[in-house]
Amino acid sequence: MSHVVAAKGPRKVRADRSDYLLRGSSYLTVTAFAAFCALPFILIVSASFSSESAIMREGFGLLPKDFTFAAYEYIFRAPRQIIGSYVVTVVMTVAGTSLGLFIIAMTGYALQRKDFPFRNQISFFIYFTTLFSAGLAPTYIWISRYLGLRGNYLAVFLPLLMTPWLIILMKNFMRTVPYEIVESGKVDGAGDFRIFFRLVLPMMKPALATIGLFLALGYWNEWYLSSLYLGSTVEFKPLQYHLYNIINTANALRNSVAGSNVSITELPSNTLKMASAVVATGPIVLLYPFVQKYFVSGITVGAVKG
Amino acid sequence: MVMQASVATPPRVGQHEIVRTRRRKTLLGRIVQHRVLLLMCLPAIAFFVVFSYAPMPGAWIAFTNFNYRDGIFGSPFVGLRNFEFLIKSGQLWLLTKNTILYNVAFIVLGNILQIALAIMLNEIRSKYFKKISQAVMFLPYFISVVLIGVIAFNLLNYDTGALNALIEQTGGDPIKIYSIAGAWPIIIVLFQLWQSTGYGSIVYFAAIMGIDNSLFEAAAIDGASAWQRIRYIILPSLKPTFIILLLFALGGIMQGNFGLFWNLVGNNAALFQTTDIIETSVYRMIISQNNFTSSTAVGLYQSLFGFAAVMLCNWIVRRINEDYALF
Repeated sequence: MSHVVAAKGPRKVRADRSDYLLRGSSYLTVTAFAAFCALPFILIVSASFSSESAIMREGFGLLPKDFTFAAYEYIFRAPRQIIGSYVVTVVMTVAGTSLGLFIIAMTGYALQRKDFPFRNQISFFIYFTTLFSAGLAPTYIWISRYLGLRGNYLAVFLPLLMTPWLIILMKNFMRTVPYEIVESGKVDGAGDFRIFFRLVLPMMKPALATIGLFLALGYWNEWYLSSLYLGSTVEFKPLQYHLYNIINTANALRNSVAGSNVSITELPSNTLKMASAVVATGPIVLLYPFVQKYFVSGITVGAVKG
Repeated sequence: MVMQASVATPPRVGQHEIVRTRRRKTLLGRIVQHRVLLLMCLPAIAFFVVFSYAPMPGAWIAFTNFNYRDGIFGSPFVGLRNFEFLIKSGQLWLLTKNTILYNVAFIVLGNILQIALAIMLNEIRSKYFKKISQAVMFLPYFISVVLIGVIAFNLLNYDTGALNALIEQTGGDPIKIYSIAGAWPIIIVLFQLWQSTGYGSIVYFAAIMGIDNSLFEAAAIDGASAWQRIRYIILPSLKPTFIILLLFALGGIMQGNFGLFWNLVGNNAALFQTTDIIETSVYRMIISQNNFTSSTAVGLYQSLFGFAAVMLCNWIVRRINEDYALF
């Protein structure tokens, strides 16, 4: 095939032209796709800085209309709700990520130790839960009725601690630790836990960062378990569930800004929804450039094999 | 790196194992000997016992006329009547069809776009440009699905939506998008692609980066065009990655992306015909109807078929390349 092309004429020029064509269209397409990805964020941020009357008149657009901080002022005039939600989410994220990370690391370490005779059985025991599950309804009844966790933050906190996939990912990372390390620890008379904690963990910083990030994101973005088990039973809902309610129910929107002494019709509801979205999403987007590389390593190591 | 480590260790471990098993053979002995490693696994084991295995017997609800007073095993047994009802009403078929068709669209379009994007990213020479564009394209993957609901509201609502604003500016009449069932498959697929394409392209991008550079050099000497380079070098070397990802995706063909569908459609019954998938239907049955029998039956049906799909796909993967099989 390449032979035919080579015979046809001045090959360098020919090859170069198609190369430049591909490169040029790559730049164009990638730029266009990046713009497509960024567009919704721009729409929301612009809307949050627009005045409600301009939105009612002209609708949402790419640029802020009648630039104003009014919607943010509304949110922070009575910030009790949003601060409460922030505290709940931050506490859950920090505590859940640390605890989950510790358990996942211990398990991943033990399961990759080739001299641990139960590793296959335990791995299968964990992995099987991805193949077959009880389904939502029995799980819901089990957690809310038998464990009695309805209305309890634990119903949201505990199920997010780990997933089989994260344990497998950790196991893959742990495989990169040379067995000599474990052996040298043994020679020095250290127990298995001490070897793990003193020798292995410090080497695992990239893995901990990657998996910690997935856990943190799971906690930060959580709204689903909250909708199942918390509903309206708690005063301070996790942040994303708080946002979910603001978007979907007019009452939640009103309660979120000033309690019940404002009528729904007076509220700048369109811009308020957008500003709430910015407030609830902001930190994760700001943090994102610093942690991006860990996600890349997570998906590439995870794709190697389970 | 991963491969090297696992290849390097076995002989050493082998010796180790022989010595150990000669000394202690009983199960109890092994438990005692490895008690620390076992203890380290215990929290995770307890977790999966409590949150994954313990609810499983509850699937029995699918065969009963469940009520809270009598409990799961005290409620009257009705055999397959719950399933009969779901089949006769046509609901089970609709849910299955929607779930599978959406997944097929996600898999086909998603993979094509991810591969195209990975190839184009590979062509980009400016490091700076690559970094920034990747950062922007990954961003949608980071945000919660609740924000997708907000974006949809911003774009599509009748009174103030950006799309209708644009239509009105150009002299058209605004559209009631939230009541046009036929439009939503396109909208949902677009949002799914928006959220996952950039991130999903990483795997393919990494595979392209792993191609032996001498192949490209040889092609350049032979005067291969850019298209030929893609057609005869890049695409063939992406094939194994593609097949494996495809088969795993097919294994999950009965699982829907609940958050996406629920935040886009929610309780909007006008759209159910084209948008209701297994997960959203089960969620609605539980949250708004307290219907535990039908929801358990649908869930059990989903689990069983999902299990069969994974087993089948894993069997195929194993036949193609044993190293890639999950088990």
